[in-house]
Amino acid sequence: MILKEFRELRRDRRTVGLLVGMPLLLLVIFGYAANFYVSSVKAAVVGPQAEQVASALPSFFDVTVVEPTQGQADAESLLQANTVDVALVTGQQPVLALVDGSNLFAAQSTVSVLNKAGDQVTTQILYNPDLSTSWVMIPAIIGLILTFIGTIVTSIGLVKERETGTLEQLAVMPIRPSTVILGKITPYFLLASLDMVIITVLGMLLFDVPFNGNPFAFALGAALFLLVVLGLGVFISTISQTTGQAIQTAFFFLLPQILLSGMIFPLDAMAAGVRWIGYLLPLTYFTMISQGIMLRGATVAELWLPFTVLAVMAVVVLTGATLRFRRDLAPGRRRRHGHAHEASSAPVSDEAGASR
Amino acid sequence: MTFGLASASVELGGRTVLDDVTLRIAPGSVVAVVGGDGAGKSTLLRALVGEVALSRGSVDAPPPDRIGYLPASAGSWAALTVQQNVDFVAGVYGVPPGELGARRGALLERAALTSASDRPASQVSGGMRRKLGFSMAAVHAPQLLVLDEPSTGVDPVSRIDLWRLVTQAAAAGAAVVLSTTYLDEAERAASLVVLDRGRVLAQGPVDDVLDAFDGVVVRTPVAQRPEWSWRRGRDLHELLPPGAAADRADAVVPDLEDVVVALSLRSRAEVPA
Repeated sequence: MILKEFRELRRDRRTVGLLVGMPLLLLVIFGYAANFYVSSVKAAVVGPQAEQVASALPSFFDVTVVEPTQGQADAESLLQANTVDVALVTGQQPVLALVDGSNLFAAQSTVSVLNKAGDQVTTQILYNPDLSTSWVMIPAIIGLILTFIGTIVTSIGLVKERETGTLEQLAVMPIRPSTVILGKITPYFLLASLDMVIITVLGMLLFDVPFNGNPFAFALGAALFLLVVLGLGVFISTISQTTGQAIQTAFFFLLPQILLSGMIFPLDAMAAGVRWIGYLLPLTYFTMISQGIMLRGATVAELWLPFTVLAVMAVVVLTGATLRFRRDLAPGRRRRHGHAHEASSAPVSDEAGASR
Repeated sequence: MTFGLASASVELGGRTVLDDVTLRIAPGSVVAVVGGDGAGKSTLLRALVGEVALSRGSVDAPPPDRIGYLPASAGSWAALTVQQNVDFVAGVYGVPPGELGARRGALLERAALTSASDRPASQVSGGMRRKLGFSMAAVHAPQLLVLDEPSTGVDPVSRIDLWRLVTQAAAAGAAVVLSTTYLDEAERAASLVVLDRGRVLAQGPVDDVLDAFDGVVVRTPVAQRPEWSWRRGRDLHELLPPGAAADRADAVVPDLEDVVVALSLRSRAEVPA
């Protein structure tokens, strides 16, 4: 029995991958990424004494903007656009420190450092005044739910067609592969959108999470993100023969998104070697968009980077996955011309396919 | 107008699974493809419907909207009801909504599925599900009806029902090709193709295939060459070496099963795997 089990495992590469790869992944993640303490934050210093204050700041503050001519409104714009995590407004006593509360762990670390300055600094936390975890988590969880529906549920839906043989039936029907794919993913797109609305509204009602931005911008970001994760679902279905394989494979995509997208552990606190993985994950960018729009009221222009990355990912992933799915769906159709189709090596003539 | 394959070969994973097969199916007739597991029956049918690409040869088939196909798998959506399955396929094939009710009603009645029309496909018996698959394949009155082992795993009564449906489709003018492992079914077809490891061992009307067989088969309680024998009831049948006298007392008139087994044994001796 033991020998049989090992023999089976040897041919089940996904399970072996899960057994070997997952512990390694978890070790790396928890070793290098599981860190709630942010050791450095991006800072802006504005106002008449900007240069003096900037030079006096401890190394914790990575000062990227020093603008003596700018004031509090400009500082708030920088925070809203997520250009910096903290903005110090000089020209008043004490100095006003505006902290971006939507970046929870950076804000907690910043407040802790600022408190050491005593009366010299007044701290004001924007966008999440109570540094509530739920305010930051709910926008990210919306993305997680969309990921779940997009990858796991969609891939299962497609693989079930393969398992039961109905995909083969669809393949020979007079229906374009693109129509099959569109017909399969549209219901999941709509259901995920409905889920997104429900979760967002419930989050606002139950946890008082604010919605400060434009709902249409949020919907645009969610739609782009959904296209990416639906594309991942279609891709997973093309490399899986059974529902079990699809779930296993989706798990490989889902776990890094949960742990490395900045949803739980702040990206700024991760080792550089692990952080870049986070920047490859779509949930990272959706979280930037959802937190930015819901908490900071950021605009599409201020969030151009995550919007652009998600748009590129949507085009690349969905196109690639669809092409793979088409190839699986209609291998024989590529050579079909009219009523008769021939192998490429056979001589092509008008008579070759004529009915006899 | 006939449909079929001409000198068709299919290679999958570097292995030839269909080797130089030619097959014609005339409208109003039934062609049976027989052979053991791995003979290439499903590949032949899938090549015919465009599901598998040929490496050589050509396929002559009507356009996809004039083909009906029942795959070897369930062939229906488990969570949809019997009626919803038929309606979905009819919609894809462009059956006019005004005609759908009458066609569906007639098909389900012939398939004895009327009483089950509101039940999910997952909750009907295996035989009923195959008849549902047939009804879905035939709902648009296709010119070419391709059925991959429609009766495998089906009880004897449902097999009779299925064959009635098949012959009715042919009588209505469809060119029907089906694969089967049941040789008694194959004998009912107008023509048959015997496949083994992707190659045609014999083809034509059943009588022609039987007449063309040149071997001598004997009934024996103990085989002289066990590797050339097979069990038939309580006895064994054995294929004698070429040149053996055909007028022996223990010689039998080979039926289709004897011929198919004997040809397969010969083929495997000539071309080992």
